[in-house]
Amino acid sequence: MWTLVAIAGAVGWAMLALARGEEVSATWMVVAALGTYAIGYRFYSRFLAHRVLKVDKNRATPAERLNNGVDFHPTDRRVLFGHHFAAVAGAGPLVGPVLAAQMGYLPGTIWIVVGVIFAGAVQDMVTLFFSTRRDGRSLGQMARDEVGPVGGAAALIAVFAIMIILLAVLAMVIVNALAESPWGVFSIAMTIPIALFMGFYLRVLRPGRVTEVSVIGVMLLLLAIVSGGWVAESSWAETFTLSPGALVVWMVIYGFVASVLPVWMLLAPRDYLSTFMKVGTIALLAIGVIVAMPSLKMPAVTEFASRGDGPVFAGSLFPFVFITIACGALSGFHSLVASGTTPKMIQKETQVRMVGYGAMLTESFVAIMAMVAACIIDPGLFFAINAPAGAIGDTVQSASEAVANFGFTISPQDLTAAAEAVEEDSLLSRTGGAPTFALGMSEIFSAVIGGAGMKAFWYHFAIMFEALFILTTVDAGTRVGRFMLQDMLGNVYKPFREVSWKPGVWIASAVVVGGWGYFLWAGVHDPLGGINQLFPLFGIANQLLAAVALAVCTTLLVKSGRLKWAWVTAVPLAWDVAVTLTASWQKIFSGDTAVGFFAQRQVYADAIDAGKVIAPAKDMDDMHTVVLNSTVNGVLAAFFALLVIVILVDAGRVCYRAIRYPEQVVLHEAKFEQSRIVAPAGFFPTAEEKAELAEASRSDRGHPATGAR
Amino acid sequence: MREHTGRLRELAGKLRWYWRELTGESAYDRYLAHARAHDPGASPLSRREFERRRTDAAEDDPREGFRCC
Repeated sequence: MWTLVAIAGAVGWAMLALARGEEVSATWMVVAALGTYAIGYRFYSRFLAHRVLKVDKNRATPAERLNNGVDFHPTDRRVLFGHHFAAVAGAGPLVGPVLAAQMGYLPGTIWIVVGVIFAGAVQDMVTLFFSTRRDGRSLGQMARDEVGPVGGAAALIAVFAIMIILLAVLAMVIVNALAESPWGVFSIAMTIPIALFMGFYLRVLRPGRVTEVSVIGVMLLLLAIVSGGWVAESSWAETFTLSPGALVVWMVIYGFVASVLPVWMLLAPRDYLSTFMKVGTIALLAIGVIVAMPSLKMPAVTEFASRGDGPVFAGSLFPFVFITIACGALSGFHSLVASGTTPKMIQKETQVRMVGYGAMLTESFVAIMAMVAACIIDPGLFFAINAPAGAIGDTVQSASEAVANFGFTISPQDLTAAAEAVEEDSLLSRTGGAPTFALGMSEIFSAVIGGAGMKAFWYHFAIMFEALFILTTVDAGTRVGRFMLQDMLGNVYKPFREVSWKPGVWIASAVVVGGWGYFLWAGVHDPLGGINQLFPLFGIANQLLAAVALAVCTTLLVKSGRLKWAWVTAVPLAWDVAVTLTASWQKIFSGDTAVGFFAQRQVYADAIDAGKVIAPAKDMDDMHTVVLNSTVNGVLAAFFALLVIVILVDAGRVCYRAIRYPEQVVLHEAKFEQSRIVAPAGFFPTAEEKAELAEASRSDRGHPATGAR
Repeated sequence: MREHTGRLRELAGKLRWYWRELTGESAYDRYLAHARAHDPGASPLSRREFERRRTDAAEDDPREGFRCC
């Protein structure tokens, strides 16, 4: 059986790698990925669970010991898997792979699959395990308890800085997708009254009836998408046609207002809507890819991989593919979820494998589908959409010529036709990944349902679905950033810590919104292209957080006497640090002006002194913008690199002491308590587990809640 | 035939259970069961009050239930 799976996976990879000059079916990519996941899950995660972590089915989890029926309660493993997956998978895995597709489908795909098996899923599972052993403590708290105050502080600062960059990048994705698109802007604007209505319904009319209100909400949402098409053709179109600059202002206002409103009004209902849309669309997409069997038009490896001068993001394959694709392969952010809500709900320690490792594999599969969506559209079109306006100009003629210079062909007529097919004025320089993904998705869906006539609907459906959960993240992320900031400011002036002290909430919210708003504004107005400049920073930040999580995990493995197995997180940590530091080094010191922020700054500053304007800047203001942005970005890259080094050195010190003086090790693990819950570890109970379940239900008829269903 | 409908009903019940657990719709039932099991004399919160507190808890610590990028 496992031999067959291995053979299928290997054939898939062979088809992908050996195709020369002809189109490969996307099905092979799906087969290769699924086959490899299956092998990784069956063998590597089993090894992690039983040999490395030694999960103990007799040890009660925090959910069992501290059960209060609300936030701590043992949750069925399949339900928790759903919760955990919905919490970790967002817009990230849909954006990174699309951008990385500029180097061809192969490098990104290999990294997504290999990365998740040996790094990403390991990080999620091990963090979940250690947090479960510590009553669900957060990553920051674990860093402070187990590494020390310096490492702990560095981890906190890292989380905060990442939050700001993350929100700016996600908001920019939305701005680029919605600019000059009345259909998109109208549909997204409608989600606000829809969410307010749902919030009112859940608060006042029928509390807790999530299903009814979600059904109503999804119906209204579909209506909003359809009516967006009508609005775009009506006299209202003008009102909803917004420039990128205007959208930035609206985003900032929205971010501030949404984050100070009560949770029940906007955030909670939006969260339901976006989660349903997310899980539903991802499921549809998986079915679509399998039914439509599109073929990959992008080459396996493009010349940008070795030359490092790609228009979407600059830099060569190593390290920049590994920076660009964070979510889906190795995402530091997950360690926040794996050390937050999930460990307080897990029923059995043995289930960390299925929940932690399994959910991450599923997210990785989402990333693979994003890669499919990006690679089935014509490469010429791909580059016209994803290259910044500074590189391709703003007419279809100039774009067609620029694409020819990249080594691909697309005629001006085809560019116009592609935009018309989805009822947009133009698709040129719609950077950020969302429009590309939406186009790929509309291609797949319209092949299954509705034909070419439905393309525009599916395109806007996809834009809506991404915008919806990005806006939810903007709201929720601003709140998290604010909370952390209030906590820090509370050290200076106590009332800041009070969540109910309104001025504190407003000030902290304004600071956080101002932070991401600044980067959003700067990115949207950057003549060199905001995504091109900021996405690498986001990737570095996310991988930095992964370095923190992996360093904490490695320290804990060493401290808990698992030195022999510490390589399971130390090797991914070493790789991650190599990638992050190389990328930061190149971003800071590279003499190539497309890659190095300071080299870029120098060239533009010299030109300003000489009174010259260099393309793509159009005037002196643009020149000053470039100089300012590259300075800020360069300093930020240096700051991130410094944080990585601080955490590593501190973790190294703790590990050294633990190895040298094992008798002095202090672990902050919760005490052992016998577990009385009987529940299987995986999706399907084994024969042995079935026998245990039957035994438990015989001896324990009075307490149905303690057995699994 | 009867066996079939029985199976279908069982499946539908399982799906309903899964859905309600996933959406959090069953949170109140769980709370009631928990409250009654621990203190039979206590008067548990009404559904309205319970749902209110549950949503407002997110206000106090927004990190609970935060979703990723």
